Amino acid sequence: MTPTRLSVGFIPLIDAVPLIAAQEMGFAGEEGITLDLVAAPSWSSLRDMLVFGRVQAAHMLAPVPVAAALGLGGTGSAISAVSVLSVNGNTIGVSRELAARLRGAGHDFGFHDATAAGRALIAAAPAPLRIGVPFPFSMHAELLYYWLSALGLPAPQGVDIKTVPPPLMADAIAAGEIDAFCVGAPWGSIAVEQGVGELLLPTSAIWSFAPEKVLAVRTDWATAEEALLGRLIRAVWRAGRWLDEPGTRSLAAEILSRPEYLNVDAEILDRGLTGSLTISPAGDMREVPGFMEFHRGAAGFPWRSQAEWIALQLAARTGLDRTTAGRAGRTTFRSDIYRAALGGTKADLPGASSKLEGALEAETAVASESGRLFLRPNLFFDRRIFDPDAPV
Amino acid sequence: MDELLSIIVVEPDRDRAMLIVDSLRGAGDFDIHVISEVTGLARHIKSHNPDVVLIDIENPSRDMLEELTLASGPLERPVAMFVDRSADGLTDAAIEAGVSAYVVDGLKPDRVKPVLDAAIARFRMFQRMRTELAETKRALEERKVIDRAKGMLMKAKGLNEEEAYALLRKTAMDQGRRVADVAQALVTAAGLLS
Repeated sequence: MTPTRLSVGFIPLIDAVPLIAAQEMGFAGEEGITLDLVAAPSWSSLRDMLVFGRVQAAHMLAPVPVAAALGLGGTGSAISAVSVLSVNGNTIGVSRELAARLRGAGHDFGFHDATAAGRALIAAAPAPLRIGVPFPFSMHAELLYYWLSALGLPAPQGVDIKTVPPPLMADAIAAGEIDAFCVGAPWGSIAVEQGVGELLLPTSAIWSFAPEKVLAVRTDWATAEEALLGRLIRAVWRAGRWLDEPGTRSLAAEILSRPEYLNVDAEILDRGLTGSLTISPAGDMREVPGFMEFHRGAAGFPWRSQAEWIALQLAARTGLDRTTAGRAGRTTFRSDIYRAALGGTKADLPGASSKLEGALEAETAVASESGRLFLRPNLFFDRRIFDPDAPV
Repeated sequence: MDELLSIIVVEPDRDRAMLIVDSLRGAGDFDIHVISEVTGLARHIKSHNPDVVLIDIENPSRDMLEELTLASGPLERPVAMFVDRSADGLTDAAIEAGVSAYVVDGLKPDRVKPVLDAAIARFRMFQRMRTELAETKRALEERKVIDRAKGMLMKAKGLNEEEAYALLRKTAMDQGRRVADVAQALVTAAGLLS
């Protein structure tokens, strides 16, 4: 039987790897599908390609489907997140000049304490602090707003978060347009490599288990092509499991480095994939456990509570009604579709579809279908707990 | 009579920008500005306060325009991606042609249509030119490789040019591959052995 072809759009970033591995390592083939992977020039273009049917599925920033449901950005067509492709993986970096000022003020670039790094940054930075992010609807933006406002630097008075496409981030810093940036891998490492920036903090230090990219499809397509979508979800789940096996990530770095994917030196990609980061042009190294997760702790499960957290963050800064936004947002993370696709496979799925976010100090066993599911630590840096049943 | 529709074209390439402006002028009387600098793009656009923004879909700076869809003050007019999908499939046609249009909320479709029609026609032409250029480049590369492979065969096997090409073509047909691919394989193998 000829495999069914699916076009899948992606942005050349390390966290597109579950889709690329699904195709390259044969997990798609096992499901009788072939993924035609299409690199997109920008997030807004990729979203439109998805909405207008140029691609059937897309690698997407977790907040984009939520923002669409809230009527923010785009054409207003309903987009569903049917699986989480990756958890964490972004880094916050500063200009060389700001790094020198931070060091001069005694900051140790410890790379794990978001409170210390945030306080040092606020003290050393010009006012307002200008930070570049890849897209207005991104975890980069949401985590920055959360982090800085919790430390007493509210937006928009104290901080100006603006969109700068990652390939232009180095120029923007050089031109003095921004003081800092928050980007996905490998762009943080590339900024270090080009000598324009130093890394201050992984975003996992702000929220230790933040959904980053999702597998997005049009909501009407998900209904019309349920069986085909199930095959895609299973292929991607297997790719995530493969990426979690020891030793696979170096091979993944080699595949990603090819010209048709990221076209970046495999050594630089390896840093992000293994969480072993070089944070300054002087060569300082930091190890970040769980820098990027694809599988452990049910990483692929699209929790309704994750979507609701994003929706309430978006609502708070755009002045939308929180109750309506929370309700509209949470339905975009389709735990129902994910469950249906992976039921009867080896995937161990959690019993619940919504959970407290930020309430796990350590790895914790939870109720699941086979009873062997452990969730990873899930904490916000300020120890706030987000309860979707009682959002504050 | 309504005021002149103000249009901003975001296009770093001067020649392309001029062509787009010419097409738009041909479609009606508009107030047109070209922005070629991507630095501070959203800010520049805001200061012009246009009705329509046109940008190449391939331009990564397009993400900067997303900020315009969030009105940050009560006096600002939110800019929306052209959303009226029923209007003659205009948006689909625009995306197909590689142009993104951001249009101020509430602008009547019949005022925007001539703008988009002109832009779409122009961008289709750009797309054709891009494809043609890529094809020509590829054909030239292949020609070079085939010539090298022919030269190798002529030297190694004492063939004339015609015979060398015939051998390449026959091998390609036997293996169900393209002549250019067989030639490439030969050149690569020879490179490894030398």
